[in-house]
Amino acid sequence: MSPSTRDRLATPLLATAAVVATAVLLLIVAFLLRESQPALEAVGLARFAFDPSWHPAAAAEAGHFNLMPMVAGSLLAALGAVLIAAPLGLLCAVFCADYAPRPLASTFRAVLHLLAGVPSVVYGLWGLVVLVPMIRALAPPGPSLLAASLILALMILPTVAVLADAALAAVPRELRQAAAALGLSRGRTVWSVVVPTARGGIAGGVLLAGGRAIGETLAVLMVCGNVVQVPDSVFDPVRTLTANIALEMAYATGDHRAALFVSGLALAAVVSLLVWAAQGLERSAAHA
Amino acid sequence: MKTVQLLMLAVCLLCATSSPAVLAKEKLVVTGSSTVAPLVSEIARAYEARHPGARIDVQTGGSSRGIADARAGLADIGMVSRALKPDEADLLAATIARDGIAVILHANNPVQRLSDTQIAQIYTGAIRNWKDVGGRTAPITVIHKAEGRSTLELFLAYFKLAAERIKPSVVIGDNQQGIKTLAGNPDGIAYVSIGSAEVEAEAGTPIKLLPLAGIAPTTASVKDGRFPLSRPLNLVTRGTPTGLGKAFIDFARSKAVHHLVLEQAFVPVD
Repeated sequence: MSPSTRDRLATPLLATAAVVATAVLLLIVAFLLRESQPALEAVGLARFAFDPSWHPAAAAEAGHFNLMPMVAGSLLAALGAVLIAAPLGLLCAVFCADYAPRPLASTFRAVLHLLAGVPSVVYGLWGLVVLVPMIRALAPPGPSLLAASLILALMILPTVAVLADAALAAVPRELRQAAAALGLSRGRTVWSVVVPTARGGIAGGVLLAGGRAIGETLAVLMVCGNVVQVPDSVFDPVRTLTANIALEMAYATGDHRAALFVSGLALAAVVSLLVWAAQGLERSAAHA
Repeated sequence: MKTVQLLMLAVCLLCATSSPAVLAKEKLVVTGSSTVAPLVSEIARAYEARHPGARIDVQTGGSSRGIADARAGLADIGMVSRALKPDEADLLAATIARDGIAVILHANNPVQRLSDTQIAQIYTGAIRNWKDVGGRTAPITVIHKAEGRSTLELFLAYFKLAAERIKPSVVIGDNQQGIKTLAGNPDGIAYVSIGSAEVEAEAGTPIKLLPLAGIAPTTASVKDGRFPLSRPLNLVTRGTPTGLGKAFIDFARSKAVHHLVLEQAFVPVD
């Protein structure tokens, strides 16, 4: 087969793959919209933001459908996780890329990849039997926003570190060499030259990790306490959008079920915004 | 050429998707309550052993799903861990066992009994510290179930509480998560099915079951109906069951499965 024939065949094949992937995404969104339609009609968008509470088991007329505490729960838990994991992950990446001797760096990278592969239920179980009792000793009841953020931070730390490491590795050699020629110390080179150059990739990685934190379900469900409320402190229990769906979907019928699909829709919207922001950051960094 | 292959593929897919309908004579789909499912799985295994060729598929998802699936015809039989409500009169229920709900505390909690009023006050946030009911000075961790669970409905109905009035510290999904959460929290209070709680307590999990209205939560008091917070475990069908469905329900209500009911820490009905 000549190279040109191969290319002619490749184009439709690759295009089909792209179309299928896009179609799956569109079908999922269409499905979410269709399933949440009854609730959007019977309850109305406003009540998902302004109802006094979340008690959806009674039908549309008698129930309450305020999703906002859970939007807040998801965002706060993910924000806390990012605040913990981003600096730690960046430090891990800098260590890997510029400080560690090569054998140690490659071992450390392998450990990071291994960490990224631990199933979330394992983190959740550890959180439930070790972390939650520790937090309870500090401030009862134990299952809390703090527990959720800590577990999520642990889960997204490898993602942040691996992506930041890749971004640092992509910084042109010449920049490091030029910095060395100017007589800059290694610390000065890293923090004033390499990290600023790689900031777009690093920030993109952090946002993607944030997206993963928002989407995580099982581990969070086990440690966050699942009480529907806007927390007053990090020791208060919260419920995330994902935990809400997982906790109630199996038992929901009618408007309750449709309302859970509205949670899914809200979650999809939040994650899309994050991915969009991540792409914007990477693009602006590429032009800088 | 391509069209012919596509057509063949489509035909194959059609055959594949319609084959369950052909096999349905020997296959029974049972869905619903996670309380009833372990028992029905055991009964199904015993039934399959006696009747090779029969396939009984048991899936959990809560009593609400059992009702909905039986109604919609998605399942041949629904599992429901409560008596049917008036608006569910279109379904037929066959009781295969009884279960009770126990209020449980951590084994190290010095409190030995709580009145119904006290339990209601704890769950509505009127009592927030164990010292107000004769215990340690420690804030109470109120462990509550997620919306839609039949345990929650039964609990609320018994204590005459509205769902909106409950002030939980932790919301959990199934019985096991509740027992694990309580075992890790000496200041907690939870309610779970007596079957699960008795088995866990005997296995050494640090929990204790509180008497209600002076009656100890035991399988015996559930069986003779004295324990106030108890419920029937039902298999429900749309219309009178026939064929394999009828045979399976009759088997599930027979003396032959009493040992399975007892193994699951439920109480057989006669």
